[in-house]
Amino acid sequence: MARPKLAVWKFSSCDGCQLTILDCEDELLEIAGALDIAQFLEATSEVKDGPYDISLVEGSITTAHDMERIKAIRAQSKVLISIGACATAGGIQALRNFADVEDFTRAVYAHPEYISTLAQSTAIADHVQVDFELRGCPVSKHQLLELITATLAGRKPHVPRASQCMECKRAGAVCVMVSQGTACLGPVTQAGCGNLCPSHRRGCYGCFGPKETPNAVALSARLAAQGATPPQLRALYRSFNAGAADFATESRRHD
Amino acid sequence: MTERVIEVNELARVEGEGALYVRLNGRQVERVEFKIHEPPRFFEALLRGRDAMEVPDITSRICGICPIAYIMSSSQAVEDATGVAVTPDIHALRRMLYCGEWIQSHVLHAAMLHAPDFLNLHDAIAIAQVNPDLVKKALRLKKAGNMLMEVIGGRAVHPVNTRVGGFYKAPSRQAIAAMIPELDWGAQAAREVALAFAGFTFPQDETDYIFVSLIHDTLYPICEGRIGSNRGLDIPASGFNDHFVEEHVARSNALQGRMRDGSPYLVGPLARYANNYHLLSEAARQTARDCGLGEVERNPYKSILVRMVEVQYAFEEAARLARAYQEPSPAFIEIPHRAGVGHACTEAPRGICYHRYEVDAQRRVVMAQIVPPTSQNQPQIEADLARVVAANLDMDDAALQWRCEQTIRNYDPCISCATHFLKLTVERV
Ligand code: SF4
Repeated sequence: MARPKLAVWKFSSCDGCQLTILDCEDELLEIAGALDIAQFLEATSEVKDGPYDISLVEGSITTAHDMERIKAIRAQSKVLISIGACATAGGIQALRNFADVEDFTRAVYAHPEYISTLAQSTAIADHVQVDFELRGCPVSKHQLLELITATLAGRKPHVPRASQCMECKRAGAVCVMVSQGTACLGPVTQAGCGNLCPSHRRGCYGCFGPKETPNAVALSARLAAQGATPPQLRALYRSFNAGAADFATESRRHD
Repeated sequence: MTERVIEVNELARVEGEGALYVRLNGRQVERVEFKIHEPPRFFEALLRGRDAMEVPDITSRICGICPIAYIMSSSQAVEDATGVAVTPDIHALRRMLYCGEWIQSHVLHAAMLHAPDFLNLHDAIAIAQVNPDLVKKALRLKKAGNMLMEVIGGRAVHPVNTRVGGFYKAPSRQAIAAMIPELDWGAQAAREVALAFAGFTFPQDETDYIFVSLIHDTLYPICEGRIGSNRGLDIPASGFNDHFVEEHVARSNALQGRMRDGSPYLVGPLARYANNYHLLSEAARQTARDCGLGEVERNPYKSILVRMVEVQYAFEEAARLARAYQEPSPAFIEIPHRAGVGHACTEAPRGICYHRYEVDAQRRVVMAQIVPPTSQNQPQIEADLARVVAANLDMDDAALQWRCEQTIRNYDPCISCATHFLKLTVERV
């Protein structure tokens, strides 16, 4: 039987999520054996035509050309999975959505007329139908492997949607908010990183994006009671997942 | 006259989106462009108004392959702006972490992205079919670099444990000591991979580069020292803008760096090595000699060997620092709310990464300037391409295109950093 064809695509991003695939050092040769890597520009100069069984898409849409490109990729892909905060929420570059993009261009480039870009950085799912969204900035290697394995086996991937807060409780980690008074997005952020920030005595900074039905209003009220100012609250929600609806709405309340 | 065009619209085995365009009119090279068209992400603009403490976490997202370079340059620049000096123990831990980034980034490039060029193969998977042990060894080396990133930084891509002023939490002595056997193995294995790569056939090419890197009195520079060159330049990071300029050209979404007099210059492993050879360990210098490298190496294709020599050094250096490790206490220095302007320059795997921030009395960023290595190398890459094309006019298009792509990969260009990379078009008119 022919091996399933895998394609990896890049849009506006830092390459960190694709790199996570290459960081599966122990599994990489096995993955390459189980799948036909048909398109993965960062890793191979061999390019095979579609259609593709699985497309992994990194990065956000920020140009008119990329809006067309993602449609063509969708048409060629049986299963399309967006990986990482750029692809699922627009990434850090979606901070432009809250500002005037022409001001941004002028601040960086001497000849803004050479630059063509859209006013908004948007998620892949805003443009085409997406079969699964894997969160994280970057995605977790373990979740990525689970997702690829599950997709190949035709089963549902085991990727929990619970909060980071639940994850800390399960691991018996000391709560940084209670013990240190540190601002933490754990109550409203989806788990999956492996408790990284709280176990390093810092507050969760939300790189896995909002959990299902987060109560951000309640969290903000609590943080405000601990002394957080409106600009601090706004900045907290406005980072790698600034464009995710729940975080965007909450950050605007503190504008 | 026949026109000949060589064009690559999507370069492979580079980080980010780039393209190449070469046009020949007969034997005349008319146009050479290394284009970077990764869409802009406006980091300098989106940092404005943010608390300077957030800068390292945000700038790390410029590049998933070299986040430490952005974290370190930005942290040090904000410390400079607010008048803070970190302790020697914090600095030593930063250097050990940075060794991890050099290792994983260099091994990824040398073994997986660049080596296939010399073997006429498409990728490392194809190398594994002919030489599985070599690829397995390279993967283990890369993993050992990521181990340093995870144990010290908490995560291989976009570490969470670093902050302006130091670290959130100092790793325990046991956790650091547990890495030593693998680091010792890595130093030896890096040498073996270097010697294996030394058997490649290297295209003949040399030029008299202006090599710009950090320089230092006692340490092979990583995140310390002044900016120097093989032409006698010796300036502090704060002098960067007096000697280098960035210009914006139509074909590129990256700014290009040049010396004030307009000359291109080279940053990265070849420059660091040439300017600091005497500061490498004796074992790393021995490997360099055994690979046939001179004390100064001007053949850009041999950068793959210099990278592996630096990997060996980074393993030895990380092991030395691990053996001497003292948990920094405190793990970080508090950053005051104080206005100022700060500069820093550190050695990203691909070369110097310069940052400058203006911070107000509320510690907010007023102005940010970030100069990544690939935008500095872009004019030199184009100069190399012009030279290489002119010297190889008799090659057919496919061979010439391959050679051009290989020439670009000599630089391990990080287009995501430079904002975008290359598309190759060769036109033969
Ligand atoms: S989600 Fe984060 S790690 Fe992934 S590509 Fe975007 S910026 Fe990089």
